[in-house]
Amino acid sequence: MGVISEAIKEMEGYKLHVVTTEKFKTNTIVWKMKAPLTKEDVTQRALLPHVLQSSTASYPTTAKLRSYLDELYGANMFVDVSKKGEYQIISMSIEIANEKFLSDATPLLSKGLELLAEMVRNPLAENGTFNHETVEKEKRTLKQRIQSVFDDKMRYANFRLVEEMCAGEPYALPVNGELEAVDQIDAKSLYDYYQKAFAEDELDLYVIGDVSSQEVESIASGLFRFAQRTPKETNTLNRVSGEAKTIKEKQDIKQGKLNIGYRTNIKYGDQDYNALQVFNGIFGGFSHSKLFLNVREKNSLAYYVASRLESHKGLMMVMSGIEFENFDLAVKIIKEQMEAMTNGDFTDEEIEQTKAVIENQLLETVDTARGMVELLYHNVVSKVTVPLDDWLNGMKNTTKDEIIAVANKINLDTVYFLTGMEAAE
Amino acid sequence: MEKIAFEQLNEELFYEKLENGLDVYILPKKGFNKTYATFTTKYGSIDNHFKPLGKNEYVKVPDGIAHFLEHKLFEKEDGDVFQQFSRQGASANAFTSFTRTAYLFSSTSNVEKNLETLMDFVQEPYFTEKTVEKEKGIIGQEITMYDDNPDWRLYYGVIENMFKNHPVKIDIAGTRESISHITKDMLYECYHTFYHPSNMLLFVVGAIEPKEIMTQIKANQAKKEFSAQSEIERQFESEIEEVAEKKQVLKMNVQTPKCILGIKAAPANLKGQEMLKHELSTNVMLDILFGKSSEGYTELYGEGLIDDTFSYDFSQEQGFGFAMVGGDTPDPEKLVEKVTAILLKAKEGSIFNEEQLGRARKKKIGAFLRAINSPEYIANQFTRYAFNEMDLFEVVPVLESITIGDIQAAAADLIDEKRFTVCQVVPK
Repeated sequence: MGVISEAIKEMEGYKLHVVTTEKFKTNTIVWKMKAPLTKEDVTQRALLPHVLQSSTASYPTTAKLRSYLDELYGANMFVDVSKKGEYQIISMSIEIANEKFLSDATPLLSKGLELLAEMVRNPLAENGTFNHETVEKEKRTLKQRIQSVFDDKMRYANFRLVEEMCAGEPYALPVNGELEAVDQIDAKSLYDYYQKAFAEDELDLYVIGDVSSQEVESIASGLFRFAQRTPKETNTLNRVSGEAKTIKEKQDIKQGKLNIGYRTNIKYGDQDYNALQVFNGIFGGFSHSKLFLNVREKNSLAYYVASRLESHKGLMMVMSGIEFENFDLAVKIIKEQMEAMTNGDFTDEEIEQTKAVIENQLLETVDTARGMVELLYHNVVSKVTVPLDDWLNGMKNTTKDEIIAVANKINLDTVYFLTGMEAAE
Repeated sequence: MEKIAFEQLNEELFYEKLENGLDVYILPKKGFNKTYATFTTKYGSIDNHFKPLGKNEYVKVPDGIAHFLEHKLFEKEDGDVFQQFSRQGASANAFTSFTRTAYLFSSTSNVEKNLETLMDFVQEPYFTEKTVEKEKGIIGQEITMYDDNPDWRLYYGVIENMFKNHPVKIDIAGTRESISHITKDMLYECYHTFYHPSNMLLFVVGAIEPKEIMTQIKANQAKKEFSAQSEIERQFESEIEEVAEKKQVLKMNVQTPKCILGIKAAPANLKGQEMLKHELSTNVMLDILFGKSSEGYTELYGEGLIDDTFSYDFSQEQGFGFAMVGGDTPDPEKLVEKVTAILLKAKEGSIFNEEQLGRARKKKIGAFLRAINSPEYIANQFTRYAFNEMDLFEVVPVLESITIGDIQAAAADLIDEKRFTVCQVVPK
């Protein structure tokens, strides 16, 4: 028995993934739609799930739909749009109580699946167009969502780094779409896009909980049927980094946000991906890592300093908040840590410690239903199915030489610094 | 060791009060990989005026000291406790709130070792002038990070408006100026006063055998000496009933304005079941008024006054409490006007009906089931509840007992314009 046992079944136009587990008091249903990230579609895709979750033909107002969710013991419904490499993924989730733990025995799982089907297959639409008012309301909210990036300076700095670093690559497109494109969408064009997305996207349905896969399959096959398709793929092109760029931007803020982007040239599913994970852990992923120890603990320059991987694109991002005048010193210390990694200047103990923490992190992730879905979905995005147990063993068997080899593949691409108005040049 | 079974939820809780006064709770979670443990003291940012252990005079300590102490407990003579936890495959953390400081780890292996490390590092302080000085730079950056965060400034701005004297109005981390006065001796004084086992609670939840864990905890505690401690004497200046400031507008580098209407809770000194019922009734009441299925939400969203960031909440502790309603909005003045109107209408009481209550109750019960999927939620919330003499596992029965009368009473109790205040963050 492995870490997770996932039953996968090819259905009409989508794949059904069921994980049966008794550890949760709720059942989680996640609908995923994947398509290449393109300038043409990015904003429509960011808007679509919000329109679908605001009303349906049977529940024509948000209040009616939400009242129904409340009746289903506060079924939690939410949508999300994310980037995984150069794909834009729409997720629509419903988490619903397992009636076993209630005094009321209404079968909630089938109600949850029916509601999801209603949202995706039976939207509030007429004559080939969505409801105009709904679309306008959601356009307004989408604009606010796009603008809100500016107000959160940590997010803004990360967004700007990606924009600068990946200029010209689809990955630079913002996940919530482009402000100026919102007004070009109307109820009719979005409906056309909805039909296109359901005809062409790669579709996956996940159900996690104390459920039987046969039962789920029989309910799902009655509710969800789509035409077969061959999902579109992207070829993630990574620009070969030349000379590293440094970009400084001034704003009226109190703390400088330093974000540094590297090209790892390694993606999820590659042979050396395991070694990259261990590399990232030693370098900056945790509170025992080199970045934390040297930037924060030894030099008191920062409260937060960490690195994280974008596994499907092959990037690594370092982020930290520092005093404006400490820019040169912080960059120097971060570069020294990278140099230490490429020179193999790290101990067996650091390797073991990092492996233990990564294993722990992975096992903890599968203690949440959402974490489980996200982990399993990596396989869909990368087209490489790595059972978690193999993945764990591979990670644990990583050697020091492999980590050094990975370190030497990583190139610094862009240093971005959001600094204060009064900071010296 | 006492066993408490919750049949409907299919959970069992084990409890024992140790000889040194420590409350220990253990909840095994079937099927989980991880174990999560919190070791919490009933000591937070508001406890800044007290009689130190063994002294007769009250002292006032610098703002932010409880949080500073939390940071410093991780550093030992032989290095950083984070290192030890990660060698044992655990991730560790801590947080300081108004009323609590919690230390925690989660791990999927070496649980006994990690639990030992948790108990030992929290109970063996090591502060030096040098390490205290070093931390001032790090916490200084933590404070500056929050200075740039408009949601944080908004939240604390509302609390600052509400209270005239109560230390809840002080920022948990203090200011760069206030923490500059902190010394190692002050840290020891706070430590010895508030970190006595009789002021603490240990909660372990996850993939564990309750008996073995309890035996281990008892053996660990029996090895340590603690002098007997009498009741801790804290002092809080008397607080006015109305808000200290009606309005505050913060100009920041943002594009979208943000606005929260805060309501200071009426003076009350509730605890136990009474407090639980009051807190849940008030939250159900707010849910009926502002939940996504409500008329109020429909109107506010329809007019474009709110977006995804809109939220509402009521929370209380002994001695203070508040509700907040708001989020990002293009028109703060209009949002306040509308929210105020919804609240004042609700105060009359006649707007509530059984159908709304039934729905809100079901929603809360479902949310509770979802929440107890999370070991983190169980440990942290159970501790908060226990410090207020409430029982987390009473949430569902109490929700089931709430009547329209309770909702009306909650509205009448909370809603009073002289306890309303507004904070806005607007573009410069």
